[in-house]
Amino acid sequence: MDAPRLTRRDFTAALGGIVLSFSLVPKVVFGQDPARLPGSLQTNRTLDAWLRINADGSVTVFTGKVELGQGIVTALAQIAAEELEVPLSRVTMISGDTGRTPNEGQTAGSQSIEQSGTALRMAGAEVRALLIDLAAKKLGAAADTLKVTDGVINAPDGRKVGYGELTAEADLKREATAKARPKPAAQHKIVGKSAPRIDIPAKMTGGAAFVQDLRLPGMVHGRVVRPPRYGARLDSFDEARVKAMPGVIAVVRDGSFLGVVARREEQAINARLVLIEFAKWSGGSELPDPAKMYEQLMSLRSEDRVIGEKDAPVPVGAKVLEATYHRPYQAHAAIAPSCAVAELKDGKLTVWTHSQGVFPLRATIARALGLQPRDIRCIHAEGPGCYGHNGADDAAFDAAMLARAVNGRPVRLQWMRDDEFKWEPYGPAMTMKVKGAVAGGRVVGWTFDVWSQSHNMRPGDPDGINLMGSWYLADAKRPGPARHAAQPNGAGDRNAITLYDFPRQRTTHHLIMENPVRTSALRTLGAYANVFAIESFMDELAAAAGIDPVAFRLAHIKDERERAVIEAVAKAAAWKPGEKGDGRRGRGIGYARYKTVATYIAVIAEVEVNRTAGIVKVPRIWTSADAGQIINPDGLTNQIEGGVIQSMSWTLHEHVRFDRNGILSEDWMNYPILTMPDVPKVETVLINRPNERALGAGEAAQGPTAAAIANAFAAATGRRIRELPLTPERVKAALA
Amino acid sequence: MAISLKVNGATRSVDAEPDTPLLYVLRNDLELNGAKYGCGLTQCGACTVLVNGAARRSCVTPVGSIEGNEVTTLEGLGTLDKPHPLQKAFIDEQAAQCGYCASGMIMAAADLLNRNPQPQEADVRAALADNLCRCGTHNRIIRAVLRAARQNGRI
Repeated sequence: MDAPRLTRRDFTAALGGIVLSFSLVPKVVFGQDPARLPGSLQTNRTLDAWLRINADGSVTVFTGKVELGQGIVTALAQIAAEELEVPLSRVTMISGDTGRTPNEGQTAGSQSIEQSGTALRMAGAEVRALLIDLAAKKLGAAADTLKVTDGVINAPDGRKVGYGELTAEADLKREATAKARPKPAAQHKIVGKSAPRIDIPAKMTGGAAFVQDLRLPGMVHGRVVRPPRYGARLDSFDEARVKAMPGVIAVVRDGSFLGVVARREEQAINARLVLIEFAKWSGGSELPDPAKMYEQLMSLRSEDRVIGEKDAPVPVGAKVLEATYHRPYQAHAAIAPSCAVAELKDGKLTVWTHSQGVFPLRATIARALGLQPRDIRCIHAEGPGCYGHNGADDAAFDAAMLARAVNGRPVRLQWMRDDEFKWEPYGPAMTMKVKGAVAGGRVVGWTFDVWSQSHNMRPGDPDGINLMGSWYLADAKRPGPARHAAQPNGAGDRNAITLYDFPRQRTTHHLIMENPVRTSALRTLGAYANVFAIESFMDELAAAAGIDPVAFRLAHIKDERERAVIEAVAKAAAWKPGEKGDGRRGRGIGYARYKTVATYIAVIAEVEVNRTAGIVKVPRIWTSADAGQIINPDGLTNQIEGGVIQSMSWTLHEHVRFDRNGILSEDWMNYPILTMPDVPKVETVLINRPNERALGAGEAAQGPTAAAIANAFAAATGRRIRELPLTPERVKAALA
Repeated sequence: MAISLKVNGATRSVDAEPDTPLLYVLRNDLELNGAKYGCGLTQCGACTVLVNGAARRSCVTPVGSIEGNEVTTLEGLGTLDKPHPLQKAFIDEQAAQCGYCASGMIMAAADLLNRNPQPQEADVRAALADNLCRCGTHNRIIRAVLRAARQNGRI
């Protein structure tokens, strides 16, 4: 079998965990590569890495994927319970702990069901078969006559043996073979049902649910102080004044890294304010001029790659259109700033973190602090929804720095609101240039160019240390370089290659190698902007061809599943071919298959434009999605509708404000998001395909929603906005 | 200095400066998880509690200013075994993605139902306008509040 081949060049942070875990793959005799196993079994190959059967008949499930509010832990529990034939209530989930769980890299890219879910399905089926074989020996019955119900194996003559009675004999310390057949979809009783989320009751009643809620004996409170701008150096500060403040235990300074630890949380907050007041900084880097941001970014050094090319002659007389689209820097803007708890005891560092990848984080903290990974344990504890790489990992590093200064005492480090807004890695600003040709109602030529900074600056990079605090140490560490990521996942070029059946197309990714503004992975990476551009331009081409946007899309799609979601959303919204806006109201469609290999989704948005105030309202949105086999319909709906609403917020409101001296978005007043009165009604049609592979869905809605809103605005007003977000200024300018 | 507080029906004494925001006393001294830090600036609503039955942002409320008043947190509404109608409705509607904003949403909704036991959808949207949700779970939250109202979710 071929082992996965990864060149350094193709390395992406999203794949970091997999690369790191190659060393864990057992060496096989005769020097052969081990057999390819499905999902994350490939990199975590023993059954006991995933499943443990307990003496009381309960099951403990281990997964490297973590709960980010997307409901994944419940969905994975459903998959394991289904294959093992145990009730969901008898499953305990352990997730994201470098001391206990498989290494599955990052929980990112809508890949958890495909990677962890596949591993648990196959491991579950194999363990069930193994337990049945043991029961057959014990009962002296043929294995194929035994039936499992609720974790009890029954013989036809009425004798039975529970899973718990077989734990002593069941040796799960063996490599998975992936030979046992998982249950066919028709027999599913737990998968495919809307099982209530495991984590929700505690969250609604004040249970300890988040890393913020962790209280360890003797725990003290930390805060950090960041420079006034990227790269500034700390020249001086008033240590004595802060040390004399009530409750202050330690002031931590290492180069330009500055933090404080106090007995009580409010004391740490007050000490931080005094540190800020008297700290003197110098230097630092200038930011782009916001008025000329896109031109400046495109003038920076870039590494260009043609990622898709299909050649055919463009017919003479075809109508040619060109358009340029922009998407600004946008923040993850989690509802709470990042937090972590760290404890250094007897030379061992433990960090509780809401990182998306505890293994890459551990490896990177080790390199930053000169420790051995075996002396660090990173344990996932939930945080507020992150939607990608926010400050979580950086806060974990900061907590470790502070914990070193108060040896033995656990430190709870909470970033303040402005720490998160000003220092998180944003979703990059992007420019998309599209050129298309239509003839005879068909697209006959298509050129797509996208410019973007890196979307992958996560911990786990082999050549850099992607933990922000470490860049400010006296022994300053450096971040890794920007890297291309292989298609179909891509990064800035995610979903840049159109899926439409065009005879000629050429797609080029211009990866900007410099980082004038800190960026990394925000939900969908480049797909949000690329789909916004592709789908906006499809409407522009449809208008040039004089064809209804829904019909125009269908004319360029052969695949039945692609067609089905577009047809389903058009039906749900009662789309009328050729329907026109009235100057104020209009509707538009957006479509994509996420990453070109995951969930199919189409979105129709209805907008109402207040022409004098320049305000766009979106009263209704319809979606249709095909995520293959649905594990949990309610969970899938929640993810899709959440994605729709978040994308609407990005599309109408969100951009990071800055000037040449620094970031200006520091709280919700200067980074406003969508609020309750403006949230649309969302209607979702799910197309279940129980016999197809389950497809990643958590990020699918973002791009099509942006396009549907922009297309609806154009349908309503006859004017098109190609630069996000659709602010009142841009709306008024477009209508002037 | 010692400050006496009435929280969730019980009298509690804490040793804190009077200007300490109530939020930190609730979370750290009384070990109550409900009220959450989100911004510390009254902008997001994650820290919302009830003071004498009315919604208050605990992140800027000095603990010394509410001595002798009744403070209610999420924990004071109900428990896992005996949830308040709002808590039950949020669970039944699965009205969470990350769930970090949920406590503030429920407390703001409790304030609404105290003032207006039979709200319309527009009333719910208006009452929760200053409580931010980042995951896009708004519609479920609205449905949960309306469901609780139907079940007379007053406290």
